[in-house]
Amino acid sequence: MTTENTWQTICPTSALIKNSGVCALLANQEQVALFQVGNDTVYAVSNFDPFGKANVLYRGLIGETKGDIYVASPLLKQRFVLNSGACLDDDTFAIKTYETRVIDGQLEIFG
Amino acid sequence: MSTQPKKIVVVGNGMVGHHFVDEMAKHEGYEITVLSAEDRLAYDRVHLSEYFSGKTADDLAMTTPAYYNEIGVKFFTNAKVTHIDKAAKIVTTEAGNTYAYDKLVMATGSYPFVPPIPGKERDHCLVYRTIQDLEDIQASAKAGKVGVVVGGGLLGLEAANALKELGLQTHVVEFAPQLMGVQLDKDGGALLRSMIEGIGVQVHTQKATNEIVDGEECVHRMNFADGSHLETDVILFSAGIRPYDNLAREFDLAVGERGGIVVDNNCKTSDENIYAIGECALWNNFIFGLVAPGYTMAKVTADNILGGEQQFTGADMSTKLKLMGMDVGSIGDAHARTEGCKSYVYSNQPDQIYKKIVVSADGKELLGAVLVGDTSEYDSLLQYALNGIELPDNPDGLILPSAGEKPTLGVDALPDTATICSCLNVTKGDIIAAIDCGAVDVGEVKSSTKAGSGCGGCAALLKKVTDHELEKRGVEISTDLCEHFTYSRVELFHIVKAEQIKTFDVLVEKHGSGLGCEICKPAVGSILASVWNDYILKSDHLSLQDTNDVFLGNMQKDGTYSVVPRMPGGEITPDKLIVIGEVAKEYNLYTKITGGQRIDLFGARVDQLPAIWKRLIDAGMETGHAYGKSLRTVKSCVGSTWCRYGQQDSMAMAIFLENRYKGLRSPHKIKFAVSGCTRECAEAQSKDIGVIATENGWNLYVSGNGGMKPRHGDLFATDLDDETLIKYIDRYLMFYVRTADRLTRTSVWLENLEGGLAYMEKIVKHDHLGINAELEKQMENVIDTYQCEWKTTIESTEQLKRFRQFVNSDTVDGNIEFVTERDQIRPAKGEEKKYGVQIQAVDVTPA
Repeated sequence: MTTENTWQTICPTSALIKNSGVCALLANQEQVALFQVGNDTVYAVSNFDPFGKANVLYRGLIGETKGDIYVASPLLKQRFVLNSGACLDDDTFAIKTYETRVIDGQLEIFG
Repeated sequence: MSTQPKKIVVVGNGMVGHHFVDEMAKHEGYEITVLSAEDRLAYDRVHLSEYFSGKTADDLAMTTPAYYNEIGVKFFTNAKVTHIDKAAKIVTTEAGNTYAYDKLVMATGSYPFVPPIPGKERDHCLVYRTIQDLEDIQASAKAGKVGVVVGGGLLGLEAANALKELGLQTHVVEFAPQLMGVQLDKDGGALLRSMIEGIGVQVHTQKATNEIVDGEECVHRMNFADGSHLETDVILFSAGIRPYDNLAREFDLAVGERGGIVVDNNCKTSDENIYAIGECALWNNFIFGLVAPGYTMAKVTADNILGGEQQFTGADMSTKLKLMGMDVGSIGDAHARTEGCKSYVYSNQPDQIYKKIVVSADGKELLGAVLVGDTSEYDSLLQYALNGIELPDNPDGLILPSAGEKPTLGVDALPDTATICSCLNVTKGDIIAAIDCGAVDVGEVKSSTKAGSGCGGCAALLKKVTDHELEKRGVEISTDLCEHFTYSRVELFHIVKAEQIKTFDVLVEKHGSGLGCEICKPAVGSILASVWNDYILKSDHLSLQDTNDVFLGNMQKDGTYSVVPRMPGGEITPDKLIVIGEVAKEYNLYTKITGGQRIDLFGARVDQLPAIWKRLIDAGMETGHAYGKSLRTVKSCVGSTWCRYGQQDSMAMAIFLENRYKGLRSPHKIKFAVSGCTRECAEAQSKDIGVIATENGWNLYVSGNGGMKPRHGDLFATDLDDETLIKYIDRYLMFYVRTADRLTRTSVWLENLEGGLAYMEKIVKHDHLGINAELEKQMENVIDTYQCEWKTTIESTEQLKRFRQFVNSDTVDGNIEFVTERDQIRPAKGEEKKYGVQIQAVDVTPA
């Protein structure tokens, strides 16, 4: 089953929390963790922690190592790079990433 | 035939048979059938005697029909196997039912040996092995006054304890000159004898029973070879075990000369498709009558069936146990039989303590030990013996009572085989191998060995071992907090204070680099809280906190949280208890009493937390900080208010201390306890701060620890008045908060502190550094600025916005599902979920 991806309006950017995460629900019921890093950049990745098997990644801490910005799972601390989805602690895992854009103060996700 | 084995039949369902089933059932694709001759499924025979001290058959059960159903294991009780067709691979039971197998596992166990004494088959002559036996013993004991156990070994003494608990005048009759001849030497056996006689059990050694005949005053009269006799109503035989190997004999599996089904290192019998494990198996001409080797055999067998190559290579028979309340331990060559060995003996008659260690001729290796009356050194002695760790120069120091510190084992002394991470089974050797392959810090060791990725409880030990190994290779160990700060936590603490820095952003800009990470952010968050005590979820601090602190609850495996209201000293009014019950009921929360004397409510979704806390706060409760690196609980007993032994009002002191230090953020969690007398019901010596009442005031213990590496607290000061006690605690704790590394408990902190306890005494008692006034002032500030974080949170509409799963929807996370177990919820496992796990992850196979 495939569905056509589209840009979906999620929320005003004011609803994001700087240097921390919130979670959005897409039309196809996928959960997306959104992280605003600094003032401008918003990353969107799957909210599902493939190690802990729970929808929790938006509650993880944001960190940075050698320029890579990542979220550390709040369950067992595995780190996922926000722009690629790669797991820094186990390269057999990765999570899905999504494109984001801001139009008229509204955050949109392509998914 | 190269097809995978599918059908596994297990004959016997004792502890070892059950362990095998448990191991095997972890793997998919096998059809496991259990055939048990008894009418019960497996139960704990090791703790059989507790049946008499109130445990029921259900308490002793190790499994239930429901559990076997759940893990998909077929089982049949009263199903005695009477026939094995090895060629067709079919077993038949007494009732004529047949079961085909690919692999057959014999776990038939053993039976008690009854010596061939005329009269042994009389009524009330019994053995001690099954629950049925216990029921028979109970019935016989009701009618009699005197009981005799034949056999003074380990099991015999257990049986004697059982008779004693049933109220019989108890005797032990032993053929050999001493008790527990296998495990103890002559002097150890003699002390044990006098201790046992001291509690009213009569011991008769060097007695051979010739016959059992009618008694005059009792049911039986036992006539001994030396002409003496003893009258008794009940006789229990406990003269060793014999393997149940009749099936093997009948159907041509190799058995040993004196019984036992012969197995090789794979636990395989003489038939390719049949294994034998536990007390029915004879390995290297030896039958292991202990449960641990049986468990190892079970594991090896499961591994072999799965195609693995694990081997059973014998087992250490060292034991430590409590017999009738007396501590007894035996390690290795207890009898000093090794050629050229030498012994050290410590004997203390008044306190009934006997200790002996046996060392090799060169004095370097520990070969064996006997401990009677005090087994506190058993664990470290066993490590020396098992791992061949070189002994210190004066090995007698290991067993002598000494005023100073005993030599302790450092990480360097741990052998390569020592398990560091027990979840993932990573040994010290694995860590060394990872370092040899190029890992240069803890992070890299973690990702290549997976150590510490289970429960994470080994993190501190893992770091110690890694650092130590790196240092040995000449790598300079950086005390930098992480890649963003080239300072240790202590240095950052000083910087924050000296420069009056109040946010992470300022600190990282002036003294660090980059954006921070999950190591430095919470550490700095904690420092800022300890120094300034701001509301931790203020917008400047929010992004620094771990999720537990961000949502003020402990995240559980399914992403829900637990809710723990504070109950100072474990005291709670019925009204508050009712509110907790009502809240738990309304929100359908799993409810459990914690070890810290309070109540934990599990399974709250993030969106439910504010409403739950509002109810609790409206009823007069406040946050318990169960989620924070901060003061958890002050455990207490009722003390002099109620208890007839109480010396001081420990309840009032516990409540006072909990209210005083609640909310204090620290490098790790802190636990207290206050006991009202020296009986120590609150277990204060296992806490970071332990207070024990004396006739004249309070004794203060510091840096105790339960958990992964238990440590008894050190006695810091005695007979303190209330005021001095509180001053000392203020100073001690604040010095810890200032100087400890992140995630370091007070126990490890003190052990690593140069100067140790003596140094802390100089500071706290004699103001050695001249900072006591400052430490007290800082503590006052924390106490004065305390706020209930949950109260502040539910009063802020801004904060409440964060407590929902989705920023764009009010629906809840459908992946959180519960099932009912023992009348309460628990998280559904993958296969139990209605909608299945929402896998939104993509596997990436590296090209």
